[in-house]
Amino acid sequence: MREIDVRLIEDKIAELCIEANHFLGDDLKSCIGGMLEEESWPVAQEMLRSIQENIEIAEEGVFPLCQDTGMACVFLEIGQDVHLVGGLLEDAVNAGVRRGYSDGYLRKSIVKDPLRRVNTGDNTPAYINTEIVSGDKVRIIVAPKGFGSENMSQVKMLPPSAGEKGVKDFVVNVCAQAGANPCPPVVIGVGIGGTFDRAALMAKKALLKPVDMENEDPYYRDMENELLERINKLGIGPQGFGGRTTALSVKINAAPTHIAGLPVAVNVNCHVSRHKEAVI
Amino acid sequence: MEYRLTEPFTKDKVNNFRAGDKVYITGTVYTARDAAHKRITEMLERGEEVPFAIENSIIYYVGPTPAKPGRPIGSAGPTTSYRMDAYAPKLLDLGQLAMIGKGQRNEEVMDAVVRNGAVYLAAIGGAAALMAKQIKTAEVIAFEDLGAEAVRKLYVEDLPLTVVLDSTGGNLYEEGRENYLKSAAK
Repeated sequence: MREIDVRLIEDKIAELCIEANHFLGDDLKSCIGGMLEEESWPVAQEMLRSIQENIEIAEEGVFPLCQDTGMACVFLEIGQDVHLVGGLLEDAVNAGVRRGYSDGYLRKSIVKDPLRRVNTGDNTPAYINTEIVSGDKVRIIVAPKGFGSENMSQVKMLPPSAGEKGVKDFVVNVCAQAGANPCPPVVIGVGIGGTFDRAALMAKKALLKPVDMENEDPYYRDMENELLERINKLGIGPQGFGGRTTALSVKINAAPTHIAGLPVAVNVNCHVSRHKEAVI
Repeated sequence: MEYRLTEPFTKDKVNNFRAGDKVYITGTVYTARDAAHKRITEMLERGEEVPFAIENSIIYYVGPTPAKPGRPIGSAGPTTSYRMDAYAPKLLDLGQLAMIGKGQRNEEVMDAVVRNGAVYLAAIGGAAALMAKQIKTAEVIAFEDLGAEAVRKLYVEDLPLTVVLDSTGGNLYEEGRENYLKSAAK
């Protein structure tokens, strides 16, 4: 049994909140560069260059990538040989988010109640997802999620007869309906199978994968490639002004499901698909 | 086409703007998003004075990040505009000149733009650090309790924007996509 003080987790989360909001992953930066080379439409090229320029300005550490510094989505993979000490894990996570969003001059975007809508003033509570894994370490991923794109996400409970075609058409249709709203070019996370809620979680976790990582299942790798191609034939383009580059990446997670069901979830992210991680 | 829009802001200056044109604004713009629009609309319904004159105003749909010491503002890109569709036609009918945001609008907003000779401009969504550099001063003038959603008076220099909806019914989101698809099919 390895003891880990939750204050270490708090400190790390505070750092990751600031880092994720200023520094985009190298995988995504290369992807945007590659898409720019393949883009032939002048307005689309111009928008992609502006997006690159924005990334460079944010890297100076003064201005966050986006004014929507998101809901702090915190994923914790906790080794089952870890004993957490020093306080409640949930409190430590929220303390880390509170400190990161204050010290980093990040926007406080959380309201306490969805209908009564009073801002909590410190961007807490975070969305926390914990998973028990093997080993004696804790892996922390902080993924600030903007809601311009979150609002364009959808879940559908398809009948099994809809099959592969039904799933693909749904994913493409979500992107078509989203249009210019989620700040294209978008990054798409897809969850197929499981239950209603698990499909959505799988879709969100698909957004955490490096965009240059190929799916280990050739069946889903082909589907990811086909979906990306179909979405990039919609013509929406960067910012919705027209062009090829509507999506940068499509990533799929799949899980066993019920004989009667085919849940599909599509989590839409913008080109600022932020996530940073650390292992303690 | 490329235009520079400077004060005083008047309808005749935006008449020629067409969907797809680039516009650089220099002057005073006001920020308001969901909660501020709701409050302004309620104040108007009660016949109260609102935080700024609506006639010929430019409203930027943005909730910026907090300013770091020595800076006027933090990152300040556009928020998604459709959430203001419920409020925008009334403000346009009261003479609002321009809306700055991103994303599609509904029929009521499109009609109100044409009816009033107004314009809907898009800032680059997700390029908030880039937009922030063009904002020279910022001051909260109302609803401070709303935090990021408070109404701010900004002075901007050459804020880079693209015309999405124009006074003749032009719509860049439709035309841009159609033109690209036509060219890609060749």
